[in-house]
Amino acid sequence: MKTLVLVEHDGSAIKDATLSTVTAAKALGEIHLLVAGSNVGDIAKAAAAIDGVGKVHVADAAHLEHQLAEDVAPIIIDQMGHHDAFLAPATTTGKNVAPRVAAKLDVMQISDIISVEGEDTFTRPIYAGNAIARVKSSDAKKVITVRGTAFDKASAQGGSAEVETIDAGSSGGKSSFVGAELSEGDRPELTSAGVIVSGGRAFGSEEDFHKLLDPLADKLNAAVGASRAAVDAGYAPNDYQVGQTGKIVAPEVYIAIGISGAIQHLAGMKDSKTIIAINKDEEAPIFQVADIGLVADLFKAVPELTEKL
Amino acid sequence: MKLLVAVKRVIDYNVKPRVKMDGSGVDLQNVKMSMNPFDEIAVEEAVRLKEKGVATEVVAVSIGPAKAQETLRTAIAIGADRAIHIQTDETVEPLGVAKLLAKVAEEEQPDLFILGKQAIDDDSNQTGQMLAALLDWPQGTFASKVEVDGDRVGVTREVDGGLETVKLATPAVITTDLRLNEPRYPSLPNIMKAKSKPLATKTPEDYGVDIAPRLETLEVTEPPKREAGIKVDSVDDLVAKLKDMGVA
Repeated sequence: MKTLVLVEHDGSAIKDATLSTVTAAKALGEIHLLVAGSNVGDIAKAAAAIDGVGKVHVADAAHLEHQLAEDVAPIIIDQMGHHDAFLAPATTTGKNVAPRVAAKLDVMQISDIISVEGEDTFTRPIYAGNAIARVKSSDAKKVITVRGTAFDKASAQGGSAEVETIDAGSSGGKSSFVGAELSEGDRPELTSAGVIVSGGRAFGSEEDFHKLLDPLADKLNAAVGASRAAVDAGYAPNDYQVGQTGKIVAPEVYIAIGISGAIQHLAGMKDSKTIIAINKDEEAPIFQVADIGLVADLFKAVPELTEKL
Repeated sequence: MKLLVAVKRVIDYNVKPRVKMDGSGVDLQNVKMSMNPFDEIAVEEAVRLKEKGVATEVVAVSIGPAKAQETLRTAIAIGADRAIHIQTDETVEPLGVAKLLAKVAEEEQPDLFILGKQAIDDDSNQTGQMLAALLDWPQGTFASKVEVDGDRVGVTREVDGGLETVKLATPAVITTDLRLNEPRYPSLPNIMKAKSKPLATKTPEDYGVDIAPRLETLEVTEPPKREAGIKVDSVDDLVAKLKDMGVA
């Protein structure tokens, strides 16, 4: 099978989720990458260096700067004339564009796969990760999104793929980019961090959330996450949210502080290697999945922990 | 401006799903069902646009078994004007749903089609995007803010790095994220009134859409279980554990 993988990038670097998607694609056959964007020469070069890649197709045009689904999907559909499968990371970018491609090709997408069992058979979580479905596709072409945390990252070095410029099309004019508000920070990115400290509603205020969690995260070189309750209460920005409707993470160590452990939250983090929970309620469901639990008041335990690390 | 909203009847989000022993799926017998939470947000947003005078009519659509009518009555009780039920006992995949909704859109000619970003049972996150593709309409997915401005609509989207705002020409498809709004509880008088509002019943055949599934579910299993671990008594013990793991 010839697969096409969408390279996720922010204009300056390739996102790690792409590397995991390449690993998933390796199980299917020959790998081609697609880089779409504006002034993406360096991204294309970096893509060509990813281990195991056969070819890099580059669509470089001003109207692709923000990679709107309406503009990127036609380029992918065009490429699917000579590819058998399209894989995208199950990030907000991939989730936005892939179903648009699938519908145009008249195929049913397979979302958020966690394993490749064969050319047409895959597993994916359903019901907020409370069940795993093994599904077989009868479509001639496959359109798939890949859960990054379920696959190892391909090496970003060692490849020497050929880079080919392709037709970037033109803007359909039905959608335009207005602006973005991106969360700033020099901490590791949530979905690829080795350690995550995550806070819940028990923090009580935005001020305490940051005052207590930020120094702890800095000590552990960790990313900061949050439960939906903490996000809804305004303690943390939206993109901190870990869960079924937020980000899916699987770090080495996940430290859940003041988080009860609702199924919606567990769906986003229960594949973490080690889960540590700090909660003053010893009946909290989070303790049923935690490898290490500490029943304590977070307002005392977190500063003490930060100090002793 | 005319709005269509799509709603799905799913297992209630508070229920812990049980996988059937024979691996054929999740047990939905005698389980509480509700409107998909993201769809409640879609209905609420449409009703708010009507209350602001932006929308003139809100039509709710659902595809599924006879009981999906309860979900449509809920949508009407929240404030939808009427409903269309496409009745089928088959499992309809997002592609089939999108094809049916596209037919409804051709018939109803809405300016906006609002859907939830994903259903909490299949977790696909596809239908809105597929619908937009089939209609060749622009899409505003994972919306946390919607602002109609003449024949354009501004949509603030929740993306991995933060927020992004796009402007779409109508007609357009919008899918809702959780933060778009807080859905109201339908009042008892509105629930009573909803019973007498128009609800049309159709079938997939009426629209000439083939809904045969493309994906075969071979097996549904429980995810690997995580066992509860140990409890430590003090922060010192926790620090020691972290040091053992090489984290600190």
